Amino acid sequence: MIELSGVRKAFNQGRPNEFWALNGIDLNIAPQQATVFFGPSGSGKTTLLTVVGCLARPTVGRVRLKDRDISGLPERFLTGLRRRTFGFIFQQFNLIRGLSAIENIMLPAYPLGGDWRELKERAEFLLDSLRLSHRRTARVEWLSGGEQQRVAIARALINDPEVLIADEPTANLDTALSMEFLGILETLAGQGRSILLTSHDPLVVESAVVRRVVTLRDGQIVGDR
Amino acid sequence: MRIWIEKQKYLIDFTISSLARRKVKNVGLLCLYTLIVFLLASVMLFTQALRREAAASLAGAPDVIVQRMVAGRHDLIPPDYIGKLGGLRGVRKTEGRLWGYYYDPFLRANYTVMAPPSGGEDGVSTGQVAVGQEVARRIGLTRNAKIALTAYSGETVWFTVAKLLTRESELLTADLVLMSEEDFRSFFGYPAGQYTDIALTVTNPQEVHNLAGKIANRLPDSRVILREEILRTYESIFNWREGVVLMLLSGAVIAFAIFALEKASGLSSDEKREIGILKAIGWETGDVIKMKFWEGCLISLTAFLLGYTAAYLHVFRFAAALFEPVLKGWSTLYPDFELVPTLDGFELATLFFFTVFPYALATIVPIWRAAVTDPDSVMRGSL
Repeated sequence: MIELSGVRKAFNQGRPNEFWALNGIDLNIAPQQATVFFGPSGSGKTTLLTVVGCLARPTVGRVRLKDRDISGLPERFLTGLRRRTFGFIFQQFNLIRGLSAIENIMLPAYPLGGDWRELKERAEFLLDSLRLSHRRTARVEWLSGGEQQRVAIARALINDPEVLIADEPTANLDTALSMEFLGILETLAGQGRSILLTSHDPLVVESAVVRRVVTLRDGQIVGDR
Repeated sequence: MRIWIEKQKYLIDFTISSLARRKVKNVGLLCLYTLIVFLLASVMLFTQALRREAAASLAGAPDVIVQRMVAGRHDLIPPDYIGKLGGLRGVRKTEGRLWGYYYDPFLRANYTVMAPPSGGEDGVSTGQVAVGQEVARRIGLTRNAKIALTAYSGETVWFTVAKLLTRESELLTADLVLMSEEDFRSFFGYPAGQYTDIALTVTNPQEVHNLAGKIANRLPDSRVILREEILRTYESIFNWREGVVLMLLSGAVIAFAIFALEKASGLSSDEKREIGILKAIGWETGDVIKMKFWEGCLISLTAFLLGYTAAYLHVFRFAAALFEPVLKGWSTLYPDFELVPTLDGFELATLFFFTVFPYALATIVPIWRAAVTDPDSVMRGSL
């Protein structure tokens, strides 16, 4: 489904503080399975996730999505592609403060301009399935960490993406909430979604839902099982 | 098309909630913005209404006024001048006018004293006067009240107030005192048969310039004043005053412009973060710019509408209480009158162009700068 060949990614290129976060990644990600990018801090996990999720372009190399080369697509097309294909859950959740849970969930669908009633129904269904109905109108800054994460998951799912991307999803959660998150992932994987995660949490890596673990170090793949 | 409309609705909806989330900042900006529009619009509406009022009031004034000049100063018109002018072709009617100024030491103000043509609608009998609204207000005169004025000889003369001049004409009659010709001549010691100036009515108003040339030839010591010149003088007085007030306001306007530009051209870290999140979750750069553009438009349009409406009420309902002393009247007795509400499309458009557009446009550049940043910075938490 997603294929990376010879991907390298540099930051501050041409400057004294130039830094190569990815150093020649060749990777083929199969659909409908959960894959974890595992590795220590600074190994390039998040950078790899941003390249795969079309949030950033590779400096060198090619990224193909469903046999289509997307490395050189203009920003506008890349955004459209990202919106249709990927749903993101960020480590800090990145919810918009001052908006309610349901408003945050509906945000990614606004640029699509669909019917408001349908959109609201979809958002309410997601809130319901994530056991957040009672908090639908609460401002997100009033929610607990676990509730905020569930809002972030619902937001990632509102456009019904094929691939769910989560960066260090359990980094800010205790064990119980981490287990709950993995339970949600299992349900989503069961629905046939592809899931890409970064984590250095053994709980995630050893979870039953994870089918593949790609280990990174210094921007290179050092393990794949 | 339906999708496009729905999308705009979503963007506006989000914009409104975004404005509400930064309530204090936006309300402060809105108040300041509204105040500036209010001040500018008040000056513009007021001077424009005054110009119209003056033009309407002068509609019944004579086409041409002839004054005699001696050594560069205005002098009395000799008796034979009226006959000389009456013989000119194109002159329908000639009328000698009597007017002057009376200084009231108690009010420390000048009244304009005139003797209207006898038999006219403003005609008054001997021993009577008609007074303007402001004179009546300041002295506390009512109809049939007595008023004492000091004649040129130092003698106190008592008059009965026969009439108060109408409020509709107050712009021109606020400081006016009308008395009969006989009283006027004896009060000021005016020689019989002589006049202050001559008012001419012409057959064809298109010919006034030719007629003015003929008068200058026939009476070389005369000064010819056309009605259109008086109107131009009023216009230039009001334009000049409007300019002075606008100059005084320009400090406030510039201060606001700097504040607004700074606000519009800089983004808080919260706003930058929000833009990054929107981009990361699938908003295009264009969507973000549109949303922020709507935000700028909403603030500037609301301020414009509020400011303009407040200015309209201030000028036409509350007689422009703030600017009255600066913009209205020309003597120390200021007229108090209700202006006829008018709207000038050109002035409205000018004000709109100079207040709404710059702000709305100033918001675009910083938003564009923030909106084109890579959304992966959100993933890294570096916004």
